[in-house]
Formats: sequence, structure tokens, C-alpha cells
Amino acid sequence: MAGAASTEIDSATAWGGGWRSPFKVSYGKLMMWFFLISDGLTFGGLLTALGFAKYSNPEMAGSWPMGEEVFTHIPFTHAPAPLIYVAFMTFILIVSSVTMVLAVEAGHRMDKKGVIKWLLLTVVGGLIFLGSQVWEWSTFIAGPDGDIHTWADNATLLHSVYGGDYTVVGHGHGGHTVINSYGPTLYANFFFFITGFHGFHVFTGVLFNILVLRNVLRGVYHKRGHYEMVEKVGLYWHFVDLVWVFVFTFFYLV
Amino acid sequence: MVRDDVVEYSLDTHHSEEEGVKMRKKIWKVTAILSLITIIEVGVGIMFPKTSVSGGTWAAIKYGYIVLTLLKAGYIILVFMHLGDETKSLRRMILWPYIVFVLYLLFILLTEAAYVYSIWDARP
Repeated sequence: MAGAASTEIDSATAWGGGWRSPFKVSYGKLMMWFFLISDGLTFGGLLTALGFAKYSNPEMAGSWPMGEEVFTHIPFTHAPAPLIYVAFMTFILIVSSVTMVLAVEAGHRMDKKGVIKWLLLTVVGGLIFLGSQVWEWSTFIAGPDGDIHTWADNATLLHSVYGGDYTVVGHGHGGHTVINSYGPTLYANFFFFITGFHGFHVFTGVLFNILVLRNVLRGVYHKRGHYEMVEKVGLYWHFVDLVWVFVFTFFYLV
Repeated sequence: MVRDDVVEYSLDTHHSEEEGVKMRKKIWKVTAILSLITIIEVGVGIMFPKTSVSGGTWAAIKYGYIVLTLLKAGYIILVFMHLGDETKSLRRMILWPYIVFVLYLLFILLTEAAYVYSIWDARP
């Protein structure tokens, strides 16, 4: 990016008050960064808590699902395929991040058509990711037969590579809970909360992208003379991708 | 009162057609790198499941994953989010407190986790 950010000003001028920002960014962009830092700390806290739970509990360690075995299913097939589907989701999110940065780049050239094209593709990518996650979750929760106990070919959280089903005996969730098909409760809590929280971020990201796309179509930013709003929602969208990179590592790989 | 959020900085990021060609080239290069890293991670995950390798190998793979993840994060933050193009002071203000705080959190929680583990493990 050319422009003010790369021009040198001595610090006495930059920090000496006056009305120009020493960081040479607009108010909105700086606030988006502040928000992303706090949001990143939330995810950092959640993932660190996952690490704490995993490493502190010897009983959990015994039945904690193995990364690549967490989700081993591909739609319309019954072949066990560790990681493939999740890798697809990761790839979709990376590609949609790329289309977003291309939309930002087009905005810097005031190329309205380019912004529309790339932003639209970003929205499509986000929707594909959300659909994939819905499919993953519904496979986890109900399975194709709609019965929690018939997880024969999509058994994932149930899958305990360290030995046997995770049994909860005398653990008062009604008289029927002999086998907990969600795997270790603590694991399932973390899994659904963190991927759910991330999925909610993707959802709001898609929503923001659609709203900004609407403004682009109406020519709001063209009239304004710059497409910085695309850049700001772009920051948020890249952040969502960034979080998924970590979620992917700590849930599906490690 | 003078507002600084209207056009001043927003127009600074505008660039010409030629610069755009260069930027797009960089974007596609980073895309290729990110895809390659993901393919490596997935390939290793499929070929070396935890149960089939020794503890030492698994530890190496695990730290390898973390290094690759941080590499991917770096590319996303510095190139896609353009933080590498912002002023040095903004970059440092955002990254340093963040990194220090997360490292502290990791240190304290992993230390406590090891302690809690030893207590649980020592139960009769």
C-alpha cells in the first residue's frame, strides 16, 4: 500500500498533538483493529482453556478424541476419510479470504465492478463454509439416521481411539445415560462452543459483507471517493479466517 | 472541530493500475503459500496419525503444526490484513501487547495444568 503509511515523519511531529493521527489510519480502521485484538484475546482464552483442560485431566487424556479422527466423514460416502472434509472447509475459508483481499485491492483502484465481483465471491465462500459447518454439526449431533446412537459410519466424537466408548455410569442425566455418544463431555463442550463461536463470527461476517456489497452496488462508496468500508469489513473477514487457522490446528490436527 | 475520519487517510491507500498488478501478484503468491502449508498439514495428519507414531515423533509433528500455524497467521495478518504496510508504531502497538499477553496466558495455564494433572494423578 503506497501513501502516508510509508512516508517518514519525525516522531516529534507525529506525536506532538495536532489533529493528524500518528498511526496514519482513519478512526474506523483503528477501532476495527482494537475490536479484533479484544476478539482475538477471547479466542485465545478459549483455546488456552482447551489446552488447560486437555493437559490437566488424566482421565480425559485417556478418551480425548485424536485430532485427525475428530471428523472422518465425506458427504454421500461411507468411506472413512480423516481430515479431508475439514481440509475442504479450511480451503474454502482461505479462498474467500483471498477474494476479499482482491476486493479491497480493486477498491483501492476505484474499480467498482471488481469490488462487486470479488465481494460477491467472498459472500458465496462464506455461505459454503457455513453450510459445511451446519452439515458437520448435524452429522455430529444426529447422524444420517437421525438417531444419536447409530453413529456407525459417522462416529466421530464417539470414536475413542484410546479405548472403548466413553461411559458415564451413575451420572444423573436421567436413567438412560449409560453411553455418552458425544465423547468426553468436556471435549464436546469445548468443541461445540469454540467452533460455534467461530461459526457465529462467520455468520456475522457474511452479514456485514452482504450489507457492504449492497452499498457498493448502490454506489455509496464510489460517491464517497474511497472504498475504505470494504477494507474494514475485510479486516474482520480475514480475522475470521485467522481464527479458523488456529481452530483447525488445535481441534483437528493436534 | 476537524474530523480525521473522512478522506485524509482513506485516499492515501489508493494506488495505480501498475501497482495493482504488483499487489495482485503478491496476493496470489501468498495464496499459493497458504494452500501449500494447509496441504502439508493435512498430508502429515493423514499419513502419520497419532497412534502410529512414537511419542517423540508426535511431539515433533505437534510443534511442526504449531510453527506452520503461526506462519500462516503471519502471512494473513501482515499481507491480507495489510498490517505489514501500516506504520511501524501501529504494527507494534497491535502485535506486541497481544503476543506478550497470549504467551503469558499460555505459560500460566500450562504450568497450572501440569500441577493439576499431578494432583489428579496422585489420587489413590
